Amino acid sequence: MNNILVLPMILPVLVGVILVFLRPYIRVQRMLSLLTTMASAAVAAYCLHHIHLNGIMRLDFGDWLPPHGILFVGDSFAMLLVLGACAVSSIILLYAFAMTGIETESMFFYPFFLFLVAGVNGSFLTGDLFNLFVCFEVMLLASYVLLTLGGRKTQLKEGMTYVLINVLASWFFLLGIAYLYGVLGTLNMAHIAVRVAETGQGPLLTLIAIIFLIVFSLKAGLLLYFWLPGSYSAPPTAVAALFGALLTKVGIYALYRMFTLIFIHDPVIYKIIGVLAIVTMVAGCLGAIAYSDIRQIVSYNVIISVGFVLTGLAIATNTAYQGASYYLIHDMISKALLFLLAGTVVYLTGRSKFNEISGLIRNYPLVGWLFFLTMLAIAGIPPFSGFIGKIYIGLGAIETGSYVLLAVSFLSGIGVLYSLLRIFLNSFWGETIISEDDQKPFQKKIGLPLVLLAVLIIGLGIGAELLSPYIQDAADGLADPKQYIRAVMGDDLE
Amino acid sequence: METLITLLVGVLVAVGVYLLLSKEMLRIILGTAILSHAIHLLLLTMGGLKKGDVPLLTETAAEYTDALPQALILTAIVISFAVTAFLLVLSYRVYQEAGRGPRLRGRQDE
Repeated sequence: MNNILVLPMILPVLVGVILVFLRPYIRVQRMLSLLTTMASAAVAAYCLHHIHLNGIMRLDFGDWLPPHGILFVGDSFAMLLVLGACAVSSIILLYAFAMTGIETESMFFYPFFLFLVAGVNGSFLTGDLFNLFVCFEVMLLASYVLLTLGGRKTQLKEGMTYVLINVLASWFFLLGIAYLYGVLGTLNMAHIAVRVAETGQGPLLTLIAIIFLIVFSLKAGLLLYFWLPGSYSAPPTAVAALFGALLTKVGIYALYRMFTLIFIHDPVIYKIIGVLAIVTMVAGCLGAIAYSDIRQIVSYNVIISVGFVLTGLAIATNTAYQGASYYLIHDMISKALLFLLAGTVVYLTGRSKFNEISGLIRNYPLVGWLFFLTMLAIAGIPPFSGFIGKIYIGLGAIETGSYVLLAVSFLSGIGVLYSLLRIFLNSFWGETIISEDDQKPFQKKIGLPLVLLAVLIIGLGIGAELLSPYIQDAADGLADPKQYIRAVMGDDLE
Repeated sequence: METLITLLVGVLVAVGVYLLLSKEMLRIILGTAILSHAIHLLLLTMGGLKKGDVPLLTETAAEYTDALPQALILTAIVISFAVTAFLLVLSYRVYQEAGRGPRLRGRQDE
C-alpha cells in the first residue's frame, strides 16, 4: 500500500516524458498535465489522511531496508506541502492555459512544468540526503528552462545569474554531503540523526550543519536572497507564480528537516537562524518599500515571508511548528495569487510601475477586489488564511520569551501591508487613465484561476478546523524527531 | 594517496574560483565545470580510496571498497554535465541576443 507514496513524483515525470513526444498536440498536453497535477494532489490528500490514521509512511525502493537503500518517507509535514504544491500548480496551470502563448507552449512548456513539480514533490518526500540533492537538481534544471523559455533579454541575463548561483549552491550541497559521509558514513537522514545523537554534535558536525544552513538559505532566500527579486520578476506570469509559490518552499522544507531532525543538539544554530530571519524580514521590507515596480515589490514580499516562516524554526516549539506548517500552506496559495494578480495587472495595462497606473478597479473590479483580499490575507487579517499561522508563531515566541523575534515578525506584517497598499491605492484607486477603446478585455479564463485561489485562501481561513488535525500531526512530528526515526529505522534503533 | 588527491582538490578549487571571478562567460562556465570535478574528487576521497579489494565480493568479505561514493559521483557527474550543457547553450543565446562580449555586469541603476 505504501507504494502509492511514489506517485506524486513519478506521475509528473512519466507524463512529462510522454508529453515531450506529443509536441504538436497542445490541447492534449494541457489536458494531460492538468490531470497529472490533480491526480498527484488527490494522492497526496489520501496519503495525508492515511498518515493521520496509521502513522508515517515509508517506501523502500527495491526492498533494500534502511539504512542501506534509498527511500521515500511521507510524514504529515512533507505531505501537507506536497498537497499544497500540487493543488497550487494545478490552478497555475489553468492560468498558463489562458496566458501562455502557443509559441512558448509548443517549446515543451508543460513537460518542464511537470518536471519542476516532480522535483519539488520528490524533495519533500525523500528520506535520503543524496536523493534530496538529485531532486533539487531535477527541480532546478526545469526551473532554468522555464525561466529562460522565451529568450527575452532580461530573462537571459537573470537566467544566467540564477543558474550560476544555483550551481554554486549545489557545489556547497555536495561539499556538505561529502563531509557528512566522511564523518558518519551514512546518508539516510534518520540514520544520520541516530548517529549524530550517539556521537554528540561536536564542532565538526556543527560546521557541517552550517554548510547545510548556507546551502538551504541560498535556495530558500534566507538572507542570501540577492538573486531572488531579479529572477522571479523576469519570467512570464505563470512561471513567476510557480516560482514564488514553490521554489523557496523547498529550501524552507529542507531547513526544517535538517534542523528539527538531525542537528538539534546545538542551540546556537537556532540563534543564528533567528538572527538571519530578522535580517531577512527587515531587508525584505526595505526592498518592498523601495521599489515602484509591481513585480519587484511582489518578489520582495516572498523574501519577507521566508523570514517569517523561519522565525518558527528559530523558536522551535510545537506551537511555532504548527504556525509554520499552517503559514507555509497559506503562503503557497497567497503568493501564487499575488504573482498572478501582479502579472495580470502588468498584462492589462502594459506597464509595471504602479505610479504609471491608475483607477484599475473601475475597469476591472474583480482584479481590484481580489488584490485587496490577497493583501488582507498576506498581512494576516482574521477571516483569511494568514491569521492563524501568525497567531501560532506569535504564541510560540511568547512561550519561549523571544520578544525580539515576535516584534520584528509582526512589524514585518506592517511592511507587507504598506508595500501592497501602495500598489492598491496608486493603481486601483483614483481616476482611470485607460479610455474605453484601449481597455483590454478581461477574459473569464484568466478570472477562473484567480477566483479559485481566492476561494482556497478564504477556505483555509474559515476551514482551519478541518485542516488542524493534520497540522497538529505535522507539528508533533517536527517537535519529536523520534517519531520520524522510529518510522524509518524501526524500534530497536532509538 | 588521500593527501595527494586532497591537494589536487585544493588546486582545482583554486583554479575554478579564479575562472568564476573572471568576466568572460566561457571562462565562468569552465570554472563551474572544474569546480564540480573538484567536488567529485572530494566525494571519492571522503569514502576512502584504497581499502584492499573490489566492492563487495561476498557477504563475508573482510576487505572491500565502499561502492556508495562511486554511485554518488556517477549521479553527480551526469547532473553537472547537464547543467554545463545548459549553461553553454544559454551563453550562446545571450551572445546572440546581446551581440559582442556578453558580460555579467549589473545595470547602470543598480
